[in-house]
Amino acid sequence: MEQAFFLADAELQEALAGLSAQADVWVPASDARKPGLVRFRRFQPGLTVRLDARSLVSAKEVLFPRSETLLRFTKEKDLSVPAGHRIHLDDARTVRPVVVFGCRPCDARGFLTFDPVFTKGPYRDPYYSERREKTTFVSLVCRDADAACFCSAVGSGPADPEGSDAQLIPVDGGYVLRPVTERGAALLEPIGRTAAPEQIREAQDVLDQVGRETVGEGSLTTLAEAFRARFQDPAFWHAHIDKCLSCGLCTFVCPTCYCFTITDEARGLNGERIRSWDACMFPHFTLEASGHNPRPSKVERYRNRVGHKFSYFPARYGQVACCGCGRCVRHCPVSVDIRAVVRDLPAQEEAHA
Amino acid sequence: MPKVVTNDNPYLPHMGTIREIIQETPNIKTFRIVLDDPEEMAAFRFEPGQVGQLSVFGVGESTFVINSPPTRREYLQFSVMKTGEVTRALHRLSEGDPIGVRAPLGNSFPVDELKGKDILFVGGGIGMAPLRTLLLTMADRREEFGDITVIYGARSPQDLCYRYEFDEWKAAGVNLILTVDREFPGWEERVGFVPTVLAEEAPSPFNRVAITCGPPIMIKFVLAGLKELGYEDDQILTTLERRMKCGIGLCGRCNIGDTYVCVDGPVFSNTQLRRMVSEL
Repeated sequence: MEQAFFLADAELQEALAGLSAQADVWVPASDARKPGLVRFRRFQPGLTVRLDARSLVSAKEVLFPRSETLLRFTKEKDLSVPAGHRIHLDDARTVRPVVVFGCRPCDARGFLTFDPVFTKGPYRDPYYSERREKTTFVSLVCRDADAACFCSAVGSGPADPEGSDAQLIPVDGGYVLRPVTERGAALLEPIGRTAAPEQIREAQDVLDQVGRETVGEGSLTTLAEAFRARFQDPAFWHAHIDKCLSCGLCTFVCPTCYCFTITDEARGLNGERIRSWDACMFPHFTLEASGHNPRPSKVERYRNRVGHKFSYFPARYGQVACCGCGRCVRHCPVSVDIRAVVRDLPAQEEAHA
Repeated sequence: MPKVVTNDNPYLPHMGTIREIIQETPNIKTFRIVLDDPEEMAAFRFEPGQVGQLSVFGVGESTFVINSPPTRREYLQFSVMKTGEVTRALHRLSEGDPIGVRAPLGNSFPVDELKGKDILFVGGGIGMAPLRTLLLTMADRREEFGDITVIYGARSPQDLCYRYEFDEWKAAGVNLILTVDREFPGWEERVGFVPTVLAEEAPSPFNRVAITCGPPIMIKFVLAGLKELGYEDDQILTTLERRMKCGIGLCGRCNIGDTYVCVDGPVFSNTQLRRMVSEL
C-alpha cells in the first residue's frame, strides 16, 4: 500500500461535510422513523450514516435515478398557420460531481455492467455517461457477508477494488483510505491525514485477510452454454419459478438491472418525457399493442432474466451481468434463489422430473 | 424558437411536420413527414428497412419502418395501423401538425447482395410497408435486379395498402399478384390466403431471394411454403417487430436471447432466425 490516509470514526461527519462542498455525496443512511431501512441518501450534516449496514437498495439510483426527465416539451401557437402549433424541445441538464461513499465493493462493481451498455454504444446514453464521468466511488472493504452474498462466485470478492476509485478499510478507531485510481487519490487527499505505518500495516492485514475469503460457492461465470441447453426445458423452469409472484423486487434491488421504460407526462401546454426503472419480470414489459406477448408467462420472463445475466450479456459484453450482492436472494418474498437456478443449469440428474 | 440541442442526444427527436396523410385502409394511415430544419432534411440518409420512432408529445413514441425509398427524399413516409395508445394518437393528427422523429434506427436490407438476383416479395396487410421501401428502391434502380414478383394479400380489397400506386409498380416491371381472403363483389384478382397463392405461383428459388413480412401466422406458413419450394434459409429475409422504448439497444425490451431487434434488426435472414432462441 503506497499511499494511504486515515479517517477517525469521530471525523467522519466532518469529512463528508467537506466533500459535500464540491460534490453530492451519497452515503448509506437510515432515519429515526425506520432505523432498519438503510438506503443511499445525499449527505447532509446530522444524517445517520450507516457504514456498518448493508443497504436495501444498491447505489444504482445515484447514476440511474428511479425516474428522470429526458426532455421537456412545450406546445406553442404558431401564428403563421391557422390552428397551427409548434413543439419546443429542451433536453438541457446540469450534472454535479458525485461521490458514492461507503458502498460495498459489489455495488461499485455493479456499474461495470452499466458501462459497456450506456457509455460505449452503438449509442451512448448521455444522461448516464455524463454522471458517470463525474462520479467517484469509495467502497468499504466488506467484512460482513451473509448467507445470501455470493460475490466470489461471479469473479469478484469482498475486497474487490474493481469499479472503485478508493477503498475504505476498517481499522482500529476508524478507516484507512486507500486510493485505487488517480481520481480516488485526488478526492481523498484533502479529507484524511496521512496514515501512520502501523495503521497501514493493520489495513494491509485486513485487505489480505478479507481478500482471501471466498463468498459464495463455486463459479457462476461459465454457464452460458448450459443455459442454452436448458432453454427448451419447461420442467426445469417451472420447478424453479412456479412460486415467483412476478413482483419485480429482484430487479429493483439489483445493482446491475438496467431495464427502463419511457413515458410522457403532460399538463396543459407543457410536459416531460420521463425515463423510469422497469422490470423484465412484469407481464406488460413485452406486451405488444396487438395483444401478442413474446414472454407471456413468468417462465419466459424469469428465463430471460437468468439468460440476460449469465448468457446473453456475456455473449455481447464478455462478462456476467451480476455482482453477487445477494439482494435478490435476501429479499425475495418467496425465496427464489438465482444461485440455485444457475448452478442447476448444467445438472444431469433431473431433480424436478 | 430554435430547438435546444446541448449535445448528441439519441433520445432527442428531430422535429418534423406532417405534409400529407393518406387513409390507406379503415385502420391504416400513411404519414408523409418533412423535417423542419431544411439542412437536416437534406442531410438525412437511410437505407431500405431502417426504422424510426415517431413522437406524439404527451402520449409517447412508437417504432415504424421508413417505407419511402432512399431514392426519393422529398419526404419520409410511415404507415401506421391504429392499434394501441400511440398509434391512436397518431391517427388523430392532421396535416400541418408537428411530429417528432428519431431516425434512422436499426439495420437494413442487404441491397448490394441482392443485385443481379430475382426477387420475390411476400407481404400481408400492413406487412407490405417494409417491403415497399425495398420494392421502390429496386424499381428506381430497376436494371440492377432481375425478375421482381410481389405476392400481396389482405383480408379484403379495402385492407390492401398503397392501392393508388399498384399501376406504378407494374409499370416499373413488377409482376404484381394480389389476393384477398375470400370473394368480394367486383374483385377480379386472386382469392385465397397468401401461403396458398405462393404455393400455386411457385416462383423458382433459382438465383432468387424471398423477402416476407406480415402477420406472424402468415409468416409461419410462408416460411414453410418457401422451404417446400426449395428456398434455403439464407435465401429468405424477413423483418421482425417487438415492443420497443429506447430503440437504441438499452432498455431491455426487444431482445430475443442476445439479439436486440432494435439495433441488430429489424431485418434478419432465416438463417439468423434459426440461430436465435425460440422466443418469437
